[in-house]
Amino acid sequence: MLEFSIFVAYLVLGISLVLIFFRLVLGPSLPDRVVALEMLATLTVGFIAVYSLSSGVTAFLDVAMVLALTAFLAAVGFARLIAKGGTRDDD
Amino acid sequence: MIEWLVDLVISLFLLTGVGFMFVAALGLLRMPDLPMRLHATTKAGALGGGLLMIAVGIEFFGDVAVAAKAGAVIVFLLLTAPVAAHLIGRAGYFVGVPMWPKTHKDELEGRYDHETQTLMSPPGLADKTQDQQPKG
Repeated sequence: MLEFSIFVAYLVLGISLVLIFFRLVLGPSLPDRVVALEMLATLTVGFIAVYSLSSGVTAFLDVAMVLALTAFLAAVGFARLIAKGGTRDDD
Repeated sequence: MIEWLVDLVISLFLLTGVGFMFVAALGLLRMPDLPMRLHATTKAGALGGGLLMIAVGIEFFGDVAVAAKAGAVIVFLLLTAPVAAHLIGRAGYFVGVPMWPKTHKDELEGRYDHETQTLMSPPGLADKTQDQQPKG
């Protein structure tokens, strides 16, 4: 039963990855793309969780921990770039 | 029997978490403007990641290090997601990312000083607070 659940989890996470990638490519503005990147990092954390369930290797959980933090730092940096360095869209 | 139950609980957490992740991704793709996309990904994404980490914590129940790492990931996700979403939404509002045409209400309209990027009080409220200050 757990094997089947893990299979379904991989499948659904893969579909989600494709959906996020579409938003990353389409995203009409830079903030939309930043949101897609942030979601991509969260999804990678989920992938690592499912992988450690399916393989029994827990070493990648460290990566998940660091990824959750660096994604936050990237979002803060992007937000600062957008707010302070960009030009207004409606000017 | 007990292993079957443990597998059942892990599967429940796994599938629920993955479902929330999928809903977040779908919302990111289908929602019409930036604040709604933020709304979809921040809450559903963080909840999905947290549920998946709970599944990992149950699977490796005896291992304290794994449980601590899973807990740390949950704490980091829940701490950072709202702050990051607030920052991105605020920045997007400043640079004038267009809202959905059917948006009814924008309570911040005209309240932001776009030069200094600080929030101003509404005119009536500002007068009241000035009256309450002690004279002299």
